[in-house]
Amino acid sequence: MKNYDMPIFAALIALLIVAPLAIYPVFLMKVLCFGLFALAFNLLIGYVGLLSFGHAMFFGFSAYISAYTVKVWGWPTEIGILAGTAVAAILGLIAGAIAIRRQGIYFAMVTLALAQMVFFFCLQAPFTGGEDGIQAVPRRPLLGFIDITRDINFYYVVLAIFAAGFLIIYRTIHSPFGQVLKAIRENEPRAISLGYHVDRYKLLAFVLSATLAGLAGGTKAIVFQLASLTDVTWQMSGEVVLMTLVGGMGTVFGPMVGAAVIITMQNYLAGFGEWVLVIQGFIFVVTVLLFRRGVVGEIAALASRLGRGRESSARMAGSPAAGH
Amino acid sequence: MRLKTLALAAAAAVAATPAMAQYSNDTIKIGVMNDQSGLYADLSGQGSVWAARRAVADFCKTTKCHDKIEIVFADHQNKPDIGSTTVRQWFDVDNVDVVVDVPTSSVALAVNNITKEKNKVFLVSGAAASDLTGKACTPNTVHWTYDTWALANGTGNAVVKTGGDTWFFLTADYAFGHALERDTAAVVEKSGGKVVGRVRHPFPGQDFSSFLLQAQSSKAKIIGLANAGSDTTNSIKQAAEFGIVQGGQKLAGLLVFITDVHALSLKVAQGLILTEAWYWDQTDANRAFSAEFEKANKGNKPTMVQAGVYSAVYHYLKAVHELKSDADGAAVVAKMKSMPTEDALFGKGQIRADGRKIHDMYLYEVKSPAESKGPWDYYKLRATIPAAEAFRPLDQGDCPLVKK
Repeated sequence: MKNYDMPIFAALIALLIVAPLAIYPVFLMKVLCFGLFALAFNLLIGYVGLLSFGHAMFFGFSAYISAYTVKVWGWPTEIGILAGTAVAAILGLIAGAIAIRRQGIYFAMVTLALAQMVFFFCLQAPFTGGEDGIQAVPRRPLLGFIDITRDINFYYVVLAIFAAGFLIIYRTIHSPFGQVLKAIRENEPRAISLGYHVDRYKLLAFVLSATLAGLAGGTKAIVFQLASLTDVTWQMSGEVVLMTLVGGMGTVFGPMVGAAVIITMQNYLAGFGEWVLVIQGFIFVVTVLLFRRGVVGEIAALASRLGRGRESSARMAGSPAAGH
Repeated sequence: MRLKTLALAAAAAVAATPAMAQYSNDTIKIGVMNDQSGLYADLSGQGSVWAARRAVADFCKTTKCHDKIEIVFADHQNKPDIGSTTVRQWFDVDNVDVVVDVPTSSVALAVNNITKEKNKVFLVSGAAASDLTGKACTPNTVHWTYDTWALANGTGNAVVKTGGDTWFFLTADYAFGHALERDTAAVVEKSGGKVVGRVRHPFPGQDFSSFLLQAQSSKAKIIGLANAGSDTTNSIKQAAEFGIVQGGQKLAGLLVFITDVHALSLKVAQGLILTEAWYWDQTDANRAFSAEFEKANKGNKPTMVQAGVYSAVYHYLKAVHELKSDADGAAVVAKMKSMPTEDALFGKGQIRADGRKIHDMYLYEVKSPAESKGPWDYYKLRATIPAAEAFRPLDQGDCPLVKK
């Protein structure tokens, strides 16, 4: 079974390196932040089969922590982002420990409930600035010498963060640990009967997903120099589900593509006014009805069908459709 | 797009001689950004875009204006990150010179910072945050129509003076609601009124019945609604169901617009007291403007936010043409501050050092269905708050631009 993931990834990174020549860098940074967020979310739903409906709590809360530590406490940028990420990890450990005891819709509801608690905390806590959010977060030189006030410099930093996050997720799902996660997704009782501590695996995956979502949120706070309630609302949790579904659940590149599609619509169609939401809804319906596997999922399925057709005369090639 | 801008820039550079006006990219580009699909779409939205276009047309009628004035618009969907990306892109790529309107304070504060960083101009009409001319003030921002301080002051002070001296607050339980309640309560007590109680409701709230019953049994003459948007309209609706206004108490909305009254209908909203900066049926000029607005905007009358967009754009164009340049945002705003303002809708006024535009504010009471003579005939004037008292005194805002 041939694996084209790494060449595709290399091509993607190459494309992203030259992209700022044609596309506005702040927009690209936004796509990368949401791309990483969607990838982190996909790690749970696509590979463990857990639908979290509260991922905004990690994304948004980490954004608050990064913005606050950098702005008010004057921490260096990189430490601020790491602080946000660490807090998201701890939050993930707590939320995960509670949520993984239930499955399916109950799991989704527990995560939603916890996310709403975080939302109300952010709404009430004085340090978040209520509905005004934390504004004017400074962009201090990264590691003391990289001037990130220039968008183009910061873009490459964000790209590096994104690539690192992607590789962590890729490594995870292709490790023995990732295989166990997929086994749990396919048949949990069997995984238990084989002697795996299923809860421990699930919790670890949950924490990892929360941490990476936090990394995306913390980075976003520095990109936009603000953290606001928008990022902790349940709508944000919904948006990441939408991105993942449009791009292709359980595919390596899908969430990234989905994030790009949704963010592009939000930004470039902003001139259409109220029609943006209608168009967004229309695309979602079309995706669900016609491309059940999402954009990337459908392409992968098509590619493997073509590949199988060509090879079948020689011998059977068993490449699963949207495996990865 | 980029190529075109580049070509334009090149052409401008070649054509520019020292005697010519220095308009960046040879175009005065106005960006109207607001909510076009959600909660605030009616009170700002496309109506604000129309008002900006109208201001350009009216300005060019009386003055020989620059031949390229362009208007672009976008929907920020009330999300600060979308607003922030759009505005950065406008400034960096699309050569927009001035951003107008921007309701939702979190978005406005984000735009406020970016405008200063890029040295452009920001004319606020839709946002309420009084911090824009306080702690967060910049040399690039003018706050035109209203702010929370003016609304709290207008409603608090004028209501007490016209007899409403005991208050009960129904407050949305988050920073914005608390601030609104605190500011209004201070004004009420200063003017000799008394706050007899307060209750906080969760945000966003659905069921206000228990809070309204507390307000009712407090026997306060005035129930102050320190909330906004759907919380306000829901509490007004439910208050009507409890017959609170019929029982002799009055509701005072601290952030209510005429579009909210329109949505609620007079039957529900009658007796509500509120402060606005502008009302369509106040002068002949306002009525003429509104008649045309109505034709272009699905039969709606303009709100104070939309009228403010008109007035702000008009004054901006005056300053830019006086300077013959739109390149330096801070210089344009300085010019705007040094010239007295005058236009058909807001009359004569001025802009203070902190960026606050000063004009009269008005306290209105919503008519009963019997008093109303037709659609959109909603308000009767209870008091005029003179410009000098309507806004936060210059030395109390902590604006770094103001020397103490």
